[in-house]
Amino acid sequence: MLLSTRDLTKTFPGTRALDAVSFDLKAGEVHALLGENGAGKSTLIKCLTGAYRRDSGDILFEGQPIFPQSTLEAQAIGIGTVYQEVNLLPNLTVAENLTLGHQPRRLGMIRSRAMNAQADEMLSGYGIDIDVRRTLDQYSVAVQQIVAIARAVHLSGRVLILDEPTASLDAREVQMLFDVVRDLRARGLGIIFISHFLDQVFEISDRLTILRNGRHIATCPAAEVDRMQLITLMLGHELQQETATRARPVADGKDAIRFSGVGRRGRIAPFDLTVHKGEVIGMAGLLGSGRTESAEVLFGAAPSDSGTVEDSDGPVDLRNPRAAIAAGFAFAPEDRKTDGIIAELSVRENIILALQARRGWSRPIPQAEQIRMADDYIARLDIRTPDAEKPVGLLSGGNQQKVILARWLATNPRFLILDEPTRGIDVGAHAEILRLIEDVVAQGMSILVISSELDELVAVSHRVIVVRDRQHVSQLTGEDVTTDTIVRAIAAPDLTPEATT
Amino acid sequence: MTTVLRRVAPQLLTLVAVIMLVSIYFPSFWQIVYVNERLVGIPIDVIKRGAPVALLAIGMTLVIATRGIDLSVGAVMAICGASAAWSIDQGFGLWAALGIALVAGLICGLWNGLLVAVFDIQPIVATLILMVAGRGIAQLITGGTILTFDNDAFSYLGSGTLLGVPVPAVIWVLTGIGFGLLVRRTALGLLVESIGVNLRASTLTGINSRVLLIAVYMGSGFCAALAGIIATADIRGADANNAGLWLELDAILAVVIGGNSLLGGRFSILASILGAMIIQTINTGILLAGFPSEFNLVIKAVLVIIILVLQSPRVLPQLAYLWRGRRDRSQRPKQSQTSQQNAGTETKT
Repeated sequence: MLLSTRDLTKTFPGTRALDAVSFDLKAGEVHALLGENGAGKSTLIKCLTGAYRRDSGDILFEGQPIFPQSTLEAQAIGIGTVYQEVNLLPNLTVAENLTLGHQPRRLGMIRSRAMNAQADEMLSGYGIDIDVRRTLDQYSVAVQQIVAIARAVHLSGRVLILDEPTASLDAREVQMLFDVVRDLRARGLGIIFISHFLDQVFEISDRLTILRNGRHIATCPAAEVDRMQLITLMLGHELQQETATRARPVADGKDAIRFSGVGRRGRIAPFDLTVHKGEVIGMAGLLGSGRTESAEVLFGAAPSDSGTVEDSDGPVDLRNPRAAIAAGFAFAPEDRKTDGIIAELSVRENIILALQARRGWSRPIPQAEQIRMADDYIARLDIRTPDAEKPVGLLSGGNQQKVILARWLATNPRFLILDEPTRGIDVGAHAEILRLIEDVVAQGMSILVISSELDELVAVSHRVIVVRDRQHVSQLTGEDVTTDTIVRAIAAPDLTPEATT
Repeated sequence: MTTVLRRVAPQLLTLVAVIMLVSIYFPSFWQIVYVNERLVGIPIDVIKRGAPVALLAIGMTLVIATRGIDLSVGAVMAICGASAAWSIDQGFGLWAALGIALVAGLICGLWNGLLVAVFDIQPIVATLILMVAGRGIAQLITGGTILTFDNDAFSYLGSGTLLGVPVPAVIWVLTGIGFGLLVRRTALGLLVESIGVNLRASTLTGINSRVLLIAVYMGSGFCAALAGIIATADIRGADANNAGLWLELDAILAVVIGGNSLLGGRFSILASILGAMIIQTINTGILLAGFPSEFNLVIKAVLVIIILVLQSPRVLPQLAYLWRGRRDRSQRPKQSQTSQQNAGTETKT
């Protein structure tokens, strides 16, 4: 065995994050680590890389017990990690990033030419042809991801841990990354792969290990389980078959919000949209096609520079988010960490924040009322937290997303915009969030869901808007809402994939 | 109440330790006598002389909580002091002088706030402008001289007493209570902490972050105006070059000793005021101990370093670990390791 853990245990105040977990990684395999948010994947990785100190148990590297105290020590032993958010310096060149800390020097001065040559050599065999003298931020996230991998492999060389590496990549980039991963596997590295995308897990993995509530549940070859079994193992219970809700007729349009000709130069071409009461509108398109830009126009985060917005009471003011919230709008953004949560504030404070902002500073929500609201939403949305006073930044991704949903539900909006509501969220929370969408829609709320997961869009949406090249290109309704038609609409009109890139 | 006490416990302990240290050199520290209708003693001196830094620290706490910094407060003190002295000189009377000085402070704050919130200039640069230019403005107001005046009603604010207590001390206590109630009895405190932690997310949540930022800098300007009034009233004259000189740094230090993160977020005004009192006790203690005056700054620096190192999130848990380890090293080694981690996260907040 290349890397093993024996009865690894780690407790945090209030939770046992890892409970006697044993895990093996062979050389030359891709081993997927699966589990809901909070199952213990991150904790296990952090123990392996020295970011956390374990409470008990052993970590064996080629049979020898190791005690990494920091990621640097883990790297020296041979364990390298690449995270979802690339941990490199975007303002340095690719070569500097690759060689940082061990640049070739003469008399203490860095030898640029030798450094660039070394960088070129490090990248050879990764199938990307880039200029290492340019700064890293000029390249796509996928290329940055590969640069990070090249650096980790160069420094460590034995074990590579990939934590959600594909979360912000599109399908083509994922394939590019997977080619690299397969190549590294052939070179005999042991690779731990963490992802919420089960299709990708099945595509790339040799074996799977499933964790649940800090316990090791099962390890098996990927070929021997199917999707349903896997989800059952991860959740510990059968997943209910998602029911199609599309059949419901849309109301007569009395209370509709009508956007006409709204857009923003350079971001999204002017478009029309009518939002009916109790309707779920899906929005599909490739990354960068103008989906998020549309949402930002609708919410006033990047206000429209054209067109009008009206409802039954007359014009609606969407100058800025404040105005949009006053008009009953709500927006759960794509990037939870930078645009959503206030990490240091407690779960309670995060939940009441939007409502408090709308009431104004001079009318604080009484403490007792805050506690009641927080407890209510924690129970209703099944937010897993020891208590309402825990800083929200310490919760797992899915629970953070639920806190943001709670924040908006507390304002009782009429139009809720969800940008990638299930990204980076485990299947359990995923299903819960979809159920929640159905619930609030039944109460008359209107929702716009932006998602890359077409299955999800098809399951919840009454109609789907397709965005391409910063334009709303088509709208699918009724029987037309299938993954097939959406894919075709994204690729149309000439059906050549190049046209959409 | 208990949560407040727990929050300021390190500052209280530090203050007690510093006082004990001073008492060793100067055993009659606690001798307070009542003469000529005023209390006289070292603690009284500390709360009086500490008034400017305590006032500046109140405003600075809020600015730092928004992840900003206000370097201009010393210069704003000079501007406001000069404005007040000028008004008295012109014969406008006490109330007009106070009003003009406070409005001058608010305008300075508005200027800083506009640069930070509307023009999106980094706070350290935005307030540096007024820090440098402010003394020039103050000199223009005083006409380049030390503008002295004779007005008993106004100098009462600097050197008078109320029921025996120096008026400057009364002013900072009332201001502290006022600001404390303002931020904690309304939602202002929460909203300020929110924009300090994550400005973008806060704006998307509907918080009027622009207005809030401007208000916070205006609050800082207001506190600086009060400090400037006290400093001017105390010496019965406006010295554009020396009023409030370097006090912005003492104010920032007070906020930091108060355990408030320069990265914004959670804040405690009370802890910052305790920080200001710690600094003043050190200042006074050094003078009393009779060291040659050239040692003062160095000794102060050494004490401040010790305090900050002891409060550091890296050192405190280690000390706690050693202390706990001695108590129950044999029974629960694992337990202490987790609580060590716990202590680490707690001190961060």
